[in-house]
Amino acid sequence: MCLAIPAKVISVDEFTALVTIEDVEYTASLLLLSDVHPGDYIMLHAGFAIEKVDAEEAEETMRLLLEMEKHRPE
Amino acid sequence: MKYVDEYRKKDLILSVAEKLSSASKKEIVLMEVCGGHTMAIHRFGLTALLPPTIHLISGPGCPVCVSSQHFIDTAMAYSKIPDVIITTYGDLIRVPGSETSLEKERANGSNIRIVYSVLESLEIARKNPDKSVIFLGIGFETTAPLTAAAIIQAEKDKIPNFFVLSAHKVMPPVMKALVEEGVKIDGFIAPGHVSAITGTSIYNELVTVCGLGVVVSGFEPVDMMQAILMLVNQIESGVPAVEVQYQRVVHSQGNVIAQKILSDVFDLRDDTWRGLGVIPRSGLKLAEKYASFDAERKFSVEVPESTEPKGCICGSILRGLKTPLDCGLFGKKCTPSNPVGACMVSGEGTCGTYFKYRS
Ligand code: SF4
Repeated sequence: MCLAIPAKVISVDEFTALVTIEDVEYTASLLLLSDVHPGDYIMLHAGFAIEKVDAEEAEETMRLLLEMEKHRPE
Repeated sequence: MKYVDEYRKKDLILSVAEKLSSASKKEIVLMEVCGGHTMAIHRFGLTALLPPTIHLISGPGCPVCVSSQHFIDTAMAYSKIPDVIITTYGDLIRVPGSETSLEKERANGSNIRIVYSVLESLEIARKNPDKSVIFLGIGFETTAPLTAAAIIQAEKDKIPNFFVLSAHKVMPPVMKALVEEGVKIDGFIAPGHVSAITGTSIYNELVTVCGLGVVVSGFEPVDMMQAILMLVNQIESGVPAVEVQYQRVVHSQGNVIAQKILSDVFDLRDDTWRGLGVIPRSGLKLAEKYASFDAERKFSVEVPESTEPKGCICGSILRGLKTPLDCGLFGKKCTPSNPVGACMVSGEGTCGTYFKYRS
């Protein structure tokens, strides 16, 4: 129920964004999120964009994880 | 899929698992509160990767599962009112009520429609001005703001025939109630998308009052393994805290727009949870200002005394006290195609998940 999926923003108008998930298009309501731009990733939940995916934070998390992997004992 | 595939890489999962094995010394119980987490754990077989010291138990974070029998029975009673259209998210229509289910009522001719979004429900109201459209609002802080936004939209667009029967609930009181009840929990894997809306301060009390660690986790296997590692590190070092593993989506202040809409449209009230009883200030009802959209205020129906399905131990499962394997009906009389209890209905219900991924 609380499922939300990362979707790529293609275009934005006043109240909605056109987004894609694996090349399938969806309309995301922007009633709960502002400052959304084409190229952003948003979390889509039951027809609404509920939050943006923060690319920098994602990179940082990944960097830490890869670091851990590097130090893995052989 | 970006932001999904990279968190499913086997090498990464295994390297976190190795870290976990060396970090975990104490025998601990962690509760994954959210049904989405329960689903991920079983789907990706994560329990097999954990050291024997770590035990995971499922919590009350599946909205369909915790919906009270009274709520289901009320929805059923509404569905029998002439000129009413019931709209609902999919799973709910299969939950067995005291006597029947919405699915059966639909087969009997009630006008019940499944929607993917509450906005579709609003559209149905717009297109059917001579009917009353009642949306069954279930879900936690992730989903409740959507209902709230739809209500504001209905007011703006002057759609007088759109109503909400709210069973929306909030997470912190139930987490605290479980701890106070004495369920053995050493730390919480906290729901990622609830926290995306609320921010992280809602968990502070669990740390300061209950002394438990809380880590907000994403839903992919690497996310969950990392969140468990963070909890283990907290517990081993004896310093519980609220931490966020799901940094790419969850910010400490949450989604402020959604919070504002939520608190404008809804007020807290005491609410009944399946298996847990009444929990103070754990439910959301429409605020006075939006009373005209409140199905409960608009339609009065007689709802007979609700009864729980015989032999179903859903309630104990939702409290983390039992697993579906303890239920005599599991996989026999109770299956996803013929569910006896609510926990078998939803894909993220513990019984439904166990059934799907049973080996
Ligand atoms: S298996 Fe079915 S009857 Fe048993 S607890 Fe789960 S939902 Fe209830």
